[in-house]
Amino acid sequence: MTNAMTNHQQLIQAVEKADSPDRLIAAVRSLAAARHEAGIPTLIAALGYNNPAVAVTAMEGLIQMGEAAVPLLLELLDGYNYGARAYAIRALATIAEPRALDVLLTAAENDFAPSVRRAASKGLGNLHWERLEKSQIRPAQEQAFLTLVKVSQDSDWSIRYAAIVGLQALATQSHFQAKILDLFQQIGTKETDSAVRARVQLAINQF
Amino acid sequence: MQEFPPEANGEADNYPALTVEQAIANLSHSDTSLRYYAAWWLGRFQVREPAAVEALIVALEDEADRTELGGYPLRRNAARALGKLGDRRAVPGLISCLECSDFYVREAAAQSLGMLGDSASIPALMQLLSGGLATAVLVPGRPHLTQPYEAVIEALGKLGAKEAIPLIQPFLEHDLEGVRYSANRAMYQLTQEPIYGESLMQALSGKNVQLRRAALFDLGAIGYLPAADAIAQSATENSLKLIALKGLLTHQINPNSPNSLSDAAIRVMTLMDSLL
Repeated sequence: MTNAMTNHQQLIQAVEKADSPDRLIAAVRSLAAARHEAGIPTLIAALGYNNPAVAVTAMEGLIQMGEAAVPLLLELLDGYNYGARAYAIRALATIAEPRALDVLLTAAENDFAPSVRRAASKGLGNLHWERLEKSQIRPAQEQAFLTLVKVSQDSDWSIRYAAIVGLQALATQSHFQAKILDLFQQIGTKETDSAVRARVQLAINQF
Repeated sequence: MQEFPPEANGEADNYPALTVEQAIANLSHSDTSLRYYAAWWLGRFQVREPAAVEALIVALEDEADRTELGGYPLRRNAARALGKLGDRRAVPGLISCLECSDFYVREAAAQSLGMLGDSASIPALMQLLSGGLATAVLVPGRPHLTQPYEAVIEALGKLGAKEAIPLIQPFLEHDLEGVRYSANRAMYQLTQEPIYGESLMQALSGKNVQLRRAALFDLGAIGYLPAADAIAQSATENSLKLIALKGLLTHQINPNSPNSLSDAAIRVMTLMDSLL
């Protein structure tokens, strides 16, 4: 037990003391592989190191930890560094724990960074709704649906694209199916961006 | 080479508002900074009204707004804006700008001529390449070459100027990566030979992030499908990868039957989904 503790402290210290990009990424990889909860804050900090390779490794480590990483991802969400925030939201979106719903709703609708809004929009369709209490499932899905409808009218094509991906996922899991198919058909006729139109068509074909 | 802000989208709402009438009037305002802003604004918001186009064409010959080094800022912005407005009446004025003493006016004119798609501009663009590699060197004391080679070569590629192939080919060996990428991009557009797409794809694993971004942008512009996975995995921002993959996707869409999706289009969208 003592040994194991020491080992994790060493892995954390190796990240904090890394003096070259190569050492940093190796240290983050080792810490992520250890999958110890004590390493979570260090992995979250690594999302903001402004090194995409390091951030992706840390994000994948956090996704591997699953539900255990969610409380700290929510608690330590970086309000200043939108790069770090985008990785954290992607981790939350992939873990898909419904406790992240409020954070994802706000990020999808209001974040100033398109990368954050895209990640949150995709995540909103994909949550593990069954983990909620039965009475909460429908209201939670309703919130996700309404936010995604709003986001699907954004002026940025990439955000509209992400909203469609989110809505398509939501349609497979809920009683919003008919409404979403209806919405897709509307979007299909009036969307001017050919990539977004193609994505809507793909979603309709897969219904 | 293009410049990429890390988040190029979504922050378009902070510009001082003008009306179309104000912007057109400001193009001949006594305050040259208002003229400069008005020209940019008309392009940014794609004001296609004939009066705006005509005023911008007049601004291509402006003499009032000069920099200390003799540059013509208003002409630069007017030339850039005219490319975005899609009105071919701007072509003769832009062709004259290819002979302007200001490098940046020539660069903006070349880019806009490529966007306007009028093959009448091909001979004048080819003229700028006529010195070959020998004259394609840095201007002493300035951060640019003697001509805007990247913009000219890209425009010729976009215009489908097959007659320019012998002039473009030597630039595949230029010292600057950015120029080589432009040459590869144009050669691919003009010949559809995979070898040019391949060399841009290899550039995605280069050491310099700016150059990786430039290669990404070029691959998107030519819609080089075999690069799809390499684009998705390249060490660049997801926002830029999405734009490049969008370029691949739109090349896969048949304008006559936009609702039938090819397997390749579906594969590209699957990659795009993974980058959200």
